[in-house]
Amino acid sequence: MAANKPRTSSFSRNVAVAPTSQVPGLKHGPNGTVFLSSGIADLDKILGGGFCLGSLVIIMEDPEAPHHMLLLRNFMSQGLVHKQPLFYASPAKEPRGFLGTLPNPVSSKDDKSRERDTEQEKNLRIAWQYKKYFEDQNLDSQKDGKVEYCNDFDLRRPLDRHALSGQCIDCVSLQDSPNLATLYDRCSTFLAQIPRFDGNITSAGRISIQSFSAPQCHFSEKEWDMLSFIRSLKSLVRSSNAVAVMTFPPTLVSPTVLKRWQHLADTLLSVRAVPDEDKDLAKLLTGYQDMLGLLNVHKVARINTQVPVILEATTYSMKLHKRRSLVLECLNQAPVDGSSGTSYATSGSCSVSSKTGALDF
Amino acid sequence: MMSSNSANNLLDEALGFNDECGGGGGGLLLLIEDRVETSGAFILHHLIKRRLSSPNRPNDVVVFLSFAHPFSHYDRILRKMGCNLGVQKENKRFVYYDMLNLNYPDGEKGAEDLLLSVYGKIQKTVELCSSREGYKNSTIMIDDISLMEVALCGSSNLVLDFLHYCYSLATQFDCLVIILNHEDVYSTVDVPSPLLQMEYLANIVIKAEPLATGLATDVHGQLTVLNKGICQGSGCSKSKIRNFHFRVKENCVEYFYPGSRT
Repeated sequence: MAANKPRTSSFSRNVAVAPTSQVPGLKHGPNGTVFLSSGIADLDKILGGGFCLGSLVIIMEDPEAPHHMLLLRNFMSQGLVHKQPLFYASPAKEPRGFLGTLPNPVSSKDDKSRERDTEQEKNLRIAWQYKKYFEDQNLDSQKDGKVEYCNDFDLRRPLDRHALSGQCIDCVSLQDSPNLATLYDRCSTFLAQIPRFDGNITSAGRISIQSFSAPQCHFSEKEWDMLSFIRSLKSLVRSSNAVAVMTFPPTLVSPTVLKRWQHLADTLLSVRAVPDEDKDLAKLLTGYQDMLGLLNVHKVARINTQVPVILEATTYSMKLHKRRSLVLECLNQAPVDGSSGTSYATSGSCSVSSKTGALDF
Repeated sequence: MMSSNSANNLLDEALGFNDECGGGGGGLLLLIEDRVETSGAFILHHLIKRRLSSPNRPNDVVVFLSFAHPFSHYDRILRKMGCNLGVQKENKRFVYYDMLNLNYPDGEKGAEDLLLSVYGKIQKTVELCSSREGYKNSTIMIDDISLMEVALCGSSNLVLDFLHYCYSLATQFDCLVIILNHEDVYSTVDVPSPLLQMEYLANIVIKAEPLATGLATDVHGQLTVLNKGICQGSGCSKSKIRNFHFRVKENCVEYFYPGSRT
């Protein structure tokens, strides 16, 4: 394509050929990047579109709560809904069992009945007409079978059988891998099957590795081997149309290896449990009782650009909307009671501040 | 397009790089340190452009060892800054070594051999370049050293050896060696860390850190530049420390003293 032609001027623009039909589940981002959805609409918005193809997303787990599984589930389900090949590795003996816990997209029955109502109840037509301005793009009902970029997943309902059948799903148990070289080979084989064209991107793959340095894995003591694997995986993913999401427990690796791990990540997230019955936190934050946990965004992928992403807030609460879908909300400070004394430091930074409770509003 | 007449920014002043003095060549090691919160990669991009855009040195070469990103990443970034790496690559002025996919299954011996072969290539390139007419300086850049350590399975001795070789090459052929490393990786290490050795060896150390108050959209962080001074015939110039803030944009970086904007 254009890359092989000699450039005549140093300012020639490399105009990429835009695909005539949009590939479902993928969308173009800035600087020639392509995004796929994390499966959580709020997270896509926070990250500026979703996960960037070619990037490595690392999620630091909280040993006290399995919230990282929620993120993984949505990520994997979204891939299956979009018929994207999926690779899943976990320390469990039977990783395939996890597929049974993946959530199903929210049924559109609710939305469809709402549409019928608009026709029937004409005296409410004005109200419904205004409603369309409030509905998010993603919540637009599936008219004409249009595939949404990010689905709303119902965590109470398992994924339909038909979504799993006929799909390219590769499951690997980390216990089975005698060394990381075999795991690397499996990933490499998986990625090789995703077609790659210089022009349009027609499909994308998802790699999901859960609890990478968990004690059940034979290699959990071999820190340099693990780092080497992550580096190699990152290079593999970078040169293919895929996104890799890896979770690991940060408390199980040494501090210096943890820092190297964090530097290796393109996008770095962490999840934290919210303690039950914490009176101080309940006073500090609104909606505390509904919170499952907290999500921190430490780093956002910067591919093909040098400009850092500075988010307005880096800590979000994880809640269940209508008890079924995962949503992320900014933390809102509760009205401060005049009689109470000090509160937590509100300008918590993720750098040199040594204060605990780094909640960043 | 940047020319030698354009005003130097705070970073260039702190580095002592200006074309009158030959652009700061002569066997220098420049160490860039950054952290997870604040990446120092933009300094590398700035220096690539500086070294390739100077009209006084049309034959100088930038040798770039990348462990972090593929060529397309740097190409896009530098293009927005007005520097076409593709053309420079074709003209053999930008020599890019892709080290992303190198694996060392044979253990330390295999790693050492591979490292020697890489060094051999760099040496040949620099030697060839130095024999050309009008040669002033070459630049060797490594992005980044901590990934080089990971690629060599944690053998920091091999990495330090490699740096020593590059440094001696730099002294011999009047090169500038620029390396990027991560300060926070070594801050928890008890034993004298490889980073300390690199800081000792370096003539200039640039630290990119977040502000003490955290992240902000107007100010992306602060730079601390320690320039140990250049020893020339008549004596040594004193080392200087400068601190200023920066804001990274797509096509340039703004540097300014705290509380002021250029």
